[in-house]
Amino acid sequence: MTLKSMLTGVAVLSLMSGAALAQDRVVNVYNWSDYIDESILEDFTKETGIKVVYDVFDSNEVLETKLLAGGTGYDVVVPTGTFLARQIQAGVFAPLDKSKLSNLSNMWKDIEARVEKYDPGNAHSINYMWGTTGIGYNVEKVKAALGEDAPVNSWDLIFKPENIEKLKECGVHMLDAPAEMIPAALKYSGFDPDSKDPAEIEKAGELLKSIRPSIQKFHSSEYINALANGDICVAIGWSGDVLQARDRAAEADNGVTVEYSIPKEGAQMWFDQMAIPADAPHMEEAHEFLNYIMRPDVAAKASNFVYYANGNKASQEKLNEDVIGDTAIYPDEETVSNLYTTTPYPPKVQRVVTRTWTGVKSGQ
Amino acid sequence: MDEEHIPAPARRTLGGWLLIGVPYLWLLIFFLAPFLIVFKISLSQVAIAIPPYTPTFDLGEGWQAIWDGVTEFSVENYLWLTEDALYWKSYLSSVIIAGISTLLTLLIGYPIAYGMARSPQSLRPTLLMLVILPFWTSFLIRVYAWIGILKNEGLLNQLLLSLGLISEPLTILNTNIAVYIGIVYSYLPFLVLPLYASLERLDGSLLEAAEDLGCPPWKAFWKITVPLSLPGVIAGCFLVFIPAVGEFVIPDLLGGSDTLMIGKTLWSEFFNNRDWPVSSAVAVILLLILVIPIVLFQNQQQKMSENN
Repeated sequence: MTLKSMLTGVAVLSLMSGAALAQDRVVNVYNWSDYIDESILEDFTKETGIKVVYDVFDSNEVLETKLLAGGTGYDVVVPTGTFLARQIQAGVFAPLDKSKLSNLSNMWKDIEARVEKYDPGNAHSINYMWGTTGIGYNVEKVKAALGEDAPVNSWDLIFKPENIEKLKECGVHMLDAPAEMIPAALKYSGFDPDSKDPAEIEKAGELLKSIRPSIQKFHSSEYINALANGDICVAIGWSGDVLQARDRAAEADNGVTVEYSIPKEGAQMWFDQMAIPADAPHMEEAHEFLNYIMRPDVAAKASNFVYYANGNKASQEKLNEDVIGDTAIYPDEETVSNLYTTTPYPPKVQRVVTRTWTGVKSGQ
Repeated sequence: MDEEHIPAPARRTLGGWLLIGVPYLWLLIFFLAPFLIVFKISLSQVAIAIPPYTPTFDLGEGWQAIWDGVTEFSVENYLWLTEDALYWKSYLSSVIIAGISTLLTLLIGYPIAYGMARSPQSLRPTLLMLVILPFWTSFLIRVYAWIGILKNEGLLNQLLLSLGLISEPLTILNTNIAVYIGIVYSYLPFLVLPLYASLERLDGSLLEAAEDLGCPPWKAFWKITVPLSLPGVIAGCFLVFIPAVGEFVIPDLLGGSDTLMIGKTLWSEFFNNRDWPVSSAVAVILLLILVIPIVLFQNQQQKMSENN
């Protein structure tokens, strides 16, 4: 193909897409993988005529790097609270135009109050889902390794060498997420899980290194299948993902029973927030999308599908019993009071955290 | 008469310049400009902003603002690389892994290229096609396929178990062995193709002459074929070694968490630490590590050919 004909082709294409833009309304959404009931997107298009271009990521780091490079073309993105806070500081997001968000009144005040820490005044984001980071385990295999009174509801299961060494044989996975694993180790060591003190972070790293030989893999999504298939017996993972593994195992009827527990010493609570980049090409449509997600029936549909709790109070009466009634998804008051949240690390401390984590993973 | 003859060489020179200019322009746009941008970022500081470093240059702000930015440059990021053993360990380990992989690729690739060059003329296009065929599938998917082959319950272990060669599955996936397998497999065509080209051009009458003069075939191979194919060997080895040093996908998917390679270290600087300046410094040093031996080698080659 000659250069000229290529250029002509490009010109024709851009003319065509220009014409399409004038007619169709579009919203470009960038969300976590396996994190929505896709019929929600179809219903949204049916009701509003706005086409949803849906794209997925699997780590906050990838999302953040794109956002910080600028000009992503996305209209709605879903970072976790700690990442959101730093991104707001960097000027990534547009403040929400709350006059266009009539469904804000459905939101859960308790969750909004907790999100204040990351997004003061909830000015830039709405809560999509929230959850905890705890222990997913294969009931039979853990019993076989550690007996009837295995401490499945305690971090002792992971951080006590005599326990984890016995679990090594049947397989242990850990999230490849330093911002969640280091706070857990800090909490277990008696420090503030949100500590920014390099010396304390390094101590937490020592604890993680001491159990490192028993960890088969550091990965943030493989454990869903591995737990469901019975390939591993313990994973430190995100609540909804472990529950998806539980359901897959139940559906497969393969003799594997997966359970999720929030350790009694305390676990991390996190918030995935929907926000609109400041350079979003479709501001109007993005607001309509957010408002739609905040409708009680839509929020309930989303949670019923992904097994995560949402920040929408009004949706709770529309939730299935196996979601609202499950304390692994909607923990009781006492458990919630035991959950901790963390804040972003300043750059110098971030370096210590990543370096410590590299050390844990590589044994260097 | 003269007037007609004089402009001809001048025109040729202009055409010649244009011809040389195209690759130079290409290098300028796709190598030098990106390199200068990366080099500039490596002298900057981390910032919580878009993009996440400072200073940034905007031509609209005038030369004074740009000059003020230039004075903010520092080599701090390069000094940092010397302070933490992680970096030189990563470089060293990458060079070793790439070196061993290149050697293995050569051991497997040479017989393949030799066999192809010695096969009947009519068969060669088909063989050449077979070497290129894997490129029709995405590189990523081919590396993923190796996960299925190498994992504990994977095809390889099932085969070995059913043959009774092993009693327990071998752990290959998530180790350095899997990384070697991945690199050798992925880069084999890059070595075979230049090697085949130089072996195919080999003048067969030289071997015939050697035979006529009573030279045994293995000696003829060693004394004639190998030296004459050396340019192909070197080109192929560079084509394997250079991308293998900076490889990220293969160690990430097939390697274990203790596989240390500079590509992974760079990734974590860039994504986990959001430290674009330090990751740029890592990239600049990586480039130097790769470019210096190539330049030295080329100089030596040039001297050798001049001496000859």
